[in-house]
Amino acid sequence: MSVNWKDYDTGKFFDELITSDGEARSYSRFLVDYLNTHSEDELETRKAIAALSIKEMGITFTVYTEEEGSIDRSWPFDILPRMIPKSEWDVIEKGLKQRVHALNLFIDDIYHDQKIIKDKVFPAELLANSVNFRKECMGVSPPLKQWAHICGSDLVRGGDGTMYVLEDNLRVPSGVSYMLENRSVMKRVFPELFENMNIQPVDDYCSQLFDMLASLSPRPADYPEIVVLTPGIFNSAYFEHSYLAQQMGCELVEGRDLVVNDDDCVYMRTVDGLQRVDVIYRRIDDLFLDPEAFNPDSMLGVPGLMRAWKKGNVALANAPGAGVADDKVVYAFVPEIIKYYLNEEQLLPNVPTYRCMYQEEQDYVLANIKDLVVKPANESGGYGMLIGPMSTKKEQEKFAKLIKNDPRNYIAQPTLALSTVPTFIDHHVEPRHVDLRPFILSGNDISVTMGGLTRVALRKGSLVVNSSQGGGSKDTWIVEEDS
Amino acid sequence: MLARVAETLYWMARYLERAENMARLINVNANLILDIPKKTAVGWEPLIDITGTRKVFEENYQDFEERSVMKYLIQDADSPVSILNSLKWARENARTIRDVIPREAWEQINALNIYAKDQLNIAMSKRGRFSYLNEIILRNQTIVGLLSGTLSRDDGYVFVRLGRNLERADMTSRIIDVRSASLLVGDPGVEGHRPFENIQWMSVLKSLTAYQMYRQAMQARVRRSDVVKFLFQSQRFPRAILFCVQQIRQSLKGLPDGEGTMERVNKLEELLKAAQLHTYDQQMLHDFIDVIQIELNAINNSLVEHYFLSGREAFELQKQAS
Repeated sequence: MSVNWKDYDTGKFFDELITSDGEARSYSRFLVDYLNTHSEDELETRKAIAALSIKEMGITFTVYTEEEGSIDRSWPFDILPRMIPKSEWDVIEKGLKQRVHALNLFIDDIYHDQKIIKDKVFPAELLANSVNFRKECMGVSPPLKQWAHICGSDLVRGGDGTMYVLEDNLRVPSGVSYMLENRSVMKRVFPELFENMNIQPVDDYCSQLFDMLASLSPRPADYPEIVVLTPGIFNSAYFEHSYLAQQMGCELVEGRDLVVNDDDCVYMRTVDGLQRVDVIYRRIDDLFLDPEAFNPDSMLGVPGLMRAWKKGNVALANAPGAGVADDKVVYAFVPEIIKYYLNEEQLLPNVPTYRCMYQEEQDYVLANIKDLVVKPANESGGYGMLIGPMSTKKEQEKFAKLIKNDPRNYIAQPTLALSTVPTFIDHHVEPRHVDLRPFILSGNDISVTMGGLTRVALRKGSLVVNSSQGGGSKDTWIVEEDS
Repeated sequence: MLARVAETLYWMARYLERAENMARLINVNANLILDIPKKTAVGWEPLIDITGTRKVFEENYQDFEERSVMKYLIQDADSPVSILNSLKWARENARTIRDVIPREAWEQINALNIYAKDQLNIAMSKRGRFSYLNEIILRNQTIVGLLSGTLSRDDGYVFVRLGRNLERADMTSRIIDVRSASLLVGDPGVEGHRPFENIQWMSVLKSLTAYQMYRQAMQARVRRSDVVKFLFQSQRFPRAILFCVQQIRQSLKGLPDGEGTMERVNKLEELLKAAQLHTYDQQMLHDFIDVIQIELNAINNSLVEHYFLSGREAFELQKQAS
């Protein structure tokens, strides 16, 4: 029996592939027709191919459990793709470039003259309280004046079909390797669809990343030595660190592989002795980078690294302190930030956001907490959040207290009716909620991945897409419609 | 090449080689047991001695029955020598450097791990064991071939070769040591003893896939002195100890400033060449193997000191202090 779209209930949500009448969208017609001619048993076979590929290719993510410690698990993946028409994607891409451009100008301003504060567009007390502001970075001018070289912005589509930016990840965003691996799995699973559809390729990300990193080198005349700095094999994103190093042909280093010498240059310990390093794509947080400058207990970092960076002897991507702009309270000011630096209107809207630091907005949040999502400013991975409609009275009271004690640290947003995509679960095709994380590279110019990583909440009705909490992912197809 | 990566490649190769050798050893012992008289059966106990972990085994098992020994050597998660553990550690090492090795090699190492775990039921049955172990040997050979066919001949490959050959030399010496000690030393005059001695030496050769090569090289019947000479001193057979040591010497030539290490390797090579093995009795042979194992270990330590991360850090500390 083939998929019956009449039974596919999109509810009050926007479905990326199917209209509320159970019809294909113009750009998903080919795929839907294809699914109509294939039985669920056939899909089960394809699913098995995908699972085997993932297992054998060793695409994993690391989870921690009490009993077993750190183990790597196969990457949860759904075989039905998420699709976006190229025409819509072009607009999103433009909006992302605008956004990241403005954020980089903002960070550079914050660490120099702070004009935006002097002009009273951005409140000074926000900066004073920001946990991601690094006073050590004041006055530093990194190469090309770029701070957030790699940005992962999370996009969600609401019930009305509008694409919103949910948050920006400017510190060490992860997921791009899964975007690339998802594509290579899908090519094994549905080769015939790739033959017959205009699906935009995603493969050139790693060479763009390499070029961008190379453009930061303090010794532009030489062939730059670029390394990827990982916290090590127990980190949940270790797979990605190793994947990116491999694809770029760079060394994957740990803190103990590096040393800063008396000349304030960074070297790696090789079998031939010490060898100079020019650019470090670091995948460890600011506070662990350098025990001399930050957390003295850090075993992951490199003593003296900040010294070398400030002197311009090594480039760090992302630059230390870039996280000041991915604070969720700063997020709420992005429309103003874009207006201030670029004198443009925001092309991609923010999700409506209430800032608890303003009494009026806080009152609204406290009065409507059962309908809102409350987020602390500096947590990622979906931790420490309150999802109003799914919370108990007690949890709501707990959060109300937290907000009143530290209003600057909280924002609230309406619960979004996240869009859905058909997902193959338990031998059936059912709608599941998704988000989308494109990756934006900023060097001499700005480039955006073709699509991004679509994360999907595999549990029915769930809105939590994180792989550490029951989420999976899908391949994302940007498709050119036949004209 | 990063010192840490060099070390990881080295251990990855050692663990892969160890798993393969263990599979060989079990298969051949099983074959041997079928051939020799029941009342003189040597059983499975000698295998535990070959691994040098008798104490660990005795703490966890009551007897040396086939089932216990198989469990210990193939699947036991607490056994320092089980095939499953060797493969797991090989994979863990490979995983930390999957950016360095060709993707196909990583996928094979990963798949070998999955195979070894998923097919345990087959492995633990008498009937399935042979094909299971054979598959492990063949898959490891595939990985060796993949690495040799796709890895650039730079420092990384050197450390893979070093790890493989050190492990191989070590294992060959262990097999000879234990096997020759537990062999039935038959009185050639007594009717019926001679063929069994031959069979046992044949099994030693076969556990190293050396039987055919021995035949071609020595053109003699299988007897102790020739087998020992072949396995210690052949310069052509890839699992012979001298051959492995010569491989180590050649690999080292590609590395910077390996002087102290090279001297040790040269010394071991001379030692092997000069040995008058046909004059050695059982005790002398055992003592000689002890010396070889101590030397192999010293080479290992010298590599750590000169090329690996732990050694390099210590070196920098000394330099700062002086």
